[in-house]
Amino acid sequence: MISGNKRAQPNRRILPGFGLSMGFAVTYLGLLVLIPLAGVFIRASGMTWQEFWTVVTSPQVVATYKITFGVSLAAAATNAVFGLIVAWSLVRYTFPGKRVLDAIVDLPFALPTAVAGIALTAIYAETGIMGRWFYALGIETAFSRVGIYIALTFIGIPFVVRSLQPVLEDLDPEFEEAAASLGASRLRAFTHVILPGLLPALLTGFALAYARAIGEYGSVIFISGNMPFETEISPLIIVKFLEQFQIAQATAVAAVMLVASFVLLLGVNILQRWTESIGRART
Amino acid sequence: MSIQANNISKTFGGYKALDNVSLHVPQGKLVSLLGPSGSGKTTLLRILAGLEFPDSLDQSSIRFHGEDVTAVPAGQRGVGFVFQHYALFKHMTIESNIAFGIHAKPRRLRPDKHAIRARVEELLKLIQLEGLGKRYPSELSGGQRQRVALARALAVDPKVLLLDEPFGALDAKVRKDLRRWLRTFQEQIGLTTIFVTHDQEEALELADEVVVMNNARIEQVGDPQTVYDHPASPFVIEFLGNVNRLSPGFRPNRTHKQALYVRPHDIELFPGDADAGSWALDGKVLHVFAAGNYGRVTLQRTLTGEPLEAEIPRERLRKLNLQPGDPVKIRFTHTRVFEQIDATHQELREIIETE
Repeated sequence: MISGNKRAQPNRRILPGFGLSMGFAVTYLGLLVLIPLAGVFIRASGMTWQEFWTVVTSPQVVATYKITFGVSLAAAATNAVFGLIVAWSLVRYTFPGKRVLDAIVDLPFALPTAVAGIALTAIYAETGIMGRWFYALGIETAFSRVGIYIALTFIGIPFVVRSLQPVLEDLDPEFEEAAASLGASRLRAFTHVILPGLLPALLTGFALAYARAIGEYGSVIFISGNMPFETEISPLIIVKFLEQFQIAQATAVAAVMLVASFVLLLGVNILQRWTESIGRART
Repeated sequence: MSIQANNISKTFGGYKALDNVSLHVPQGKLVSLLGPSGSGKTTLLRILAGLEFPDSLDQSSIRFHGEDVTAVPAGQRGVGFVFQHYALFKHMTIESNIAFGIHAKPRRLRPDKHAIRARVEELLKLIQLEGLGKRYPSELSGGQRQRVALARALAVDPKVLLLDEPFGALDAKVRKDLRRWLRTFQEQIGLTTIFVTHDQEEALELADEVVVMNNARIEQVGDPQTVYDHPASPFVIEFLGNVNRLSPGFRPNRTHKQALYVRPHDIELFPGDADAGSWALDGKVLHVFAAGNYGRVTLQRTLTGEPLEAEIPRERLRKLNLQPGDPVKIRFTHTRVFEQIDATHQELREIIETE
């Protein structure tokens, strides 16, 4: 009927209606994420602004921020590079033991982080299998920032590999061949043709690995040595406050971490959107 | 630039994609590699481009104008390759796509910015997409993308142009237009061009020379008229154009050991009660459809039940006034038989009956 233009458009969405699914999403996220996190701020708000500021800017606490955010960044950046190589190898080549290697990538997800911490400490201590070589070169791999870096790299690798794999599987080798037939070197083909397509996924993996590293506690405390100002991470100082029943101080530091992490992740997200928008969604 | 490929073999795992193939393409010709899927045509094209290499670099050789390029990789071979699905770089504008090959040149060979701009403009004009340089590939239609892929390949001044199923992903109308455009375009620039296709109509209409491939081998090379009129093997006659295949020994007074081929336009029809000579066969009309100058008649041979397709001039068809179910006399004016000479060789024998 021509006059029937008041009729509702037939609903072609799979989930039953925007209202219901959106309402569910908000409630679910609210119960699981937002309300517990809001608790952090409510707890912290028990302090005066002066008290809060003194806690979160005390030299020992500031030192932990630097270590946590700095070393996590280094670990996530390392994973972005080597995770890409691992994902590339797993997608593009067939070799014996490929499935086993593929499964190994997930182990850091599954292993209790304390176990990882103990294992890494044993291996990278001065007398450990790996540690003895590093110590011989003058690199202290246990009870140092290098140790924290090793632990954070360990727990971050699956995020990068798993973010990249599906995108790499969709990447047609034709693009590389096209670049090669046009005379591009391997490096140029990689930087100009392959990398731009991978960047959004690579940033996602990087952001996930970074976020995970910032929050990591279990594996780090074993290998870091936990020396204040040297190898003490922010999650640890929160636990220390809690152990002394200084709950307000603990939540104050937690609130700072929360805001900082959120800002960082938001930044990465915006960057990712921007890289995605190039050449896509322009139809 | 002429191309000479000798003794090319290629296996993938256990699968033989090319079996000792040799090919010569003269300077400036538009040549089509024609065959069904799996016949090795794309593999041959990729080997000519340097995207794949023959199994043995010693026994095989590829020469571009006499110069041995067998082991030279794609980027240094001076070929322009157009991929079936275009492989345009999605995150780059049309301009950047076209200029990619120029930018990839070593610094001392790279023209300055203005020269690159001018070259890109010139190519955009050539492919009739002026003003669209700032767009992204996703904003173009299939036919436009195909032309951009062509311009990108031409930007590096290739000596040879290679196209893999250039019209495969386009709809019928665009395909026809683009085919005609490519033909004039190739004549204009005079570049030695090879394209792969599985569409015989496309190959016959477009190419100066057709290379028919089947089962990892070349069956026949020749200009379109020759391969159509004088097919070298049963495969070629069945693959090129419509043909009726009659079982061996199709008529009592003359026995053939091999199947016999008749093109639909080499069939004459007479009314069922007419005297059409002793060689005529009895048949029945199944279906009649007339479009254009020729009408298509589907027949059934009474003796064996074999179906036959005939193309009859419309004038004649009106005189005959055939209806489905009518009996007819069928006469062949031109038939072809392939006689087995020895185990591997067959020879064409043509029988032209003008009685």
